[in-house]
Amino acid sequence: MKKLINTPDHLLHDALAGLAAAHGDILTVRFNPDLVVRNDAPVANKVALIAGGGAGHEPLHTGFVGRGMLDAACPGAIFTAPVPDQIFAATKSVHSGQGVLYLVKNYTGDTLNFEFAAEMAELADIEVATVLIHDDVAVQDSLYTAGRRGVGLTLLLEKIVGAAAEAGADLATCQQLAAQISAHGRSMGMALTSCTVPHHGKPTFELPADEFELGIGIHGEPGRQRAKMASAAAIAEQLALPIIADLPFQAGDEVLALVNGMGATPLIELYVMYNELRQILNGHGITITRRLVGNYITALDMAGCSFTLLKLDPQLTTLWDAPVCTPALRWGV
Amino acid sequence: MHPGIALGCLIAETAMHITAQQILVFVGKAAHSIQTQRDYLTDLDAAIGDADHGINLDRGFSAVLIRLPDVADQDIGTILKTVGTTLVSTIGGASGPLYGTAFLRAGMTVAGRFTLSPEELVVALEAAMLGIQTRGKSMRGEKTMLDALAPAIDTLKATLASGDDLPIALCKSVNACETGMRSTIPMLATKGRASYLGERSIGHQDPGATSMFLLAQALLDTLDT
Repeated sequence: MKKLINTPDHLLHDALAGLAAAHGDILTVRFNPDLVVRNDAPVANKVALIAGGGAGHEPLHTGFVGRGMLDAACPGAIFTAPVPDQIFAATKSVHSGQGVLYLVKNYTGDTLNFEFAAEMAELADIEVATVLIHDDVAVQDSLYTAGRRGVGLTLLLEKIVGAAAEAGADLATCQQLAAQISAHGRSMGMALTSCTVPHHGKPTFELPADEFELGIGIHGEPGRQRAKMASAAAIAEQLALPIIADLPFQAGDEVLALVNGMGATPLIELYVMYNELRQILNGHGITITRRLVGNYITALDMAGCSFTLLKLDPQLTTLWDAPVCTPALRWGV
Repeated sequence: MHPGIALGCLIAETAMHITAQQILVFVGKAAHSIQTQRDYLTDLDAAIGDADHGINLDRGFSAVLIRLPDVADQDIGTILKTVGTTLVSTIGGASGPLYGTAFLRAGMTVAGRFTLSPEELVVALEAAMLGIQTRGKSMRGEKTMLDALAPAIDTLKATLASGDDLPIALCKSVNACETGMRSTIPMLATKGRASYLGERSIGHQDPGATSMFLLAQALLDTLDT
């Protein structure tokens, strides 16, 4: 294992210290329990948004703390959901009396720890609501799974609901908006390589040179199936068609498209994939009116990418365009 | 050493109760076992999860060892609740709330007690299992820690009812726990992260069932020494 780390045990601390040093104008980092909080929290008369999850997906979630997006992020250990104490501490730090919305990716660990924290908040008379994000079409939502995973849609939801909260939407409105985004967004990912969890020291799985994993999540775990390596155009189809069919997205739809890198794929390849995605959508009569291309929800040093499509309406588009000032997303300011 | 060497039930001593002191020893042995098997648990998790089960449990139980001296003279309920809250506060992931809830619920059934009868042990274990089922919204047969814990409790009850002493009953119970752990290998995971793999989860032993077996083994070791 070759990584730019001091020791695996100090990785998260060192990275958070770096985040604080680089972006102290936007956010504050607190340790034990580990929290990233926007500098002006609690913001008066505003619903507070908290997200959290294992580290290793940077910039998610810590890079999305700031005006117009998250009030706080709770990073757990690498790929490990944060503990309730962290989430509760964040809740106390950011709530202004207008309620707190937990934005939770649908993984067993995340839902359990946020549930625990919500019980603690209830005892402290802080109003909390929770939204589960579950956009991964690679997983069937059935009795036979833990339900669909939260992946690429997470950042779109954090941005859009963040804009609504900043504009003064109340807790119920923010919750409804999040549910609407969940209902209209879908994702699918693929990996060219696994990733190496620093404590583990070796790749989580090995892939032969001529194969890729289709339907991966964001934790270096194997996907639903292995497929033979193919051209960018062919792989883009294998990602895009299940997404289109699932909602389904239809001719005439306007969408926000996210082409997300898993951490080790160069931007030049992500733009190749964006180009393929655009052509596939054109063929279906679907228009990309907003887009984002880059590494936003990563799995350490995994190579690969994911597509996310969100069906837009004028309200969602306006909220997407609203100013945002975070380390990883910044416009209109 | 990998866990799972079949245990012979060769315990001679008769012990009718478990003391608070033994619970402390049990927790210490459990922490040691988790630490020793940390990489093994993590490797199991790499196959069907995200390669951190051993790392996370080791972090939690190491924190427990630091807290344990504070409750060394306390009742069993306090000891177990301290273990539970510490695990919830330090593990994260799914195993933190699940193991944490298990110890908290078990501790609630034995508040104020300094010794436990075999029947009280059963009640505590059943409360722990119910806690895991409720928190995890899961049941037997879904390739989880419950597949090791549930047969262990069933066997403990049956063999105590048939007149076995606690050490013998516990030995048989741990054997059932091991069989339960192994029974997860051919199972299709329908809960937790392994469920995302669908059919590909088949053929791998569940890491949670394995750590549960390590805990059961630690309890048996405690009574055996």
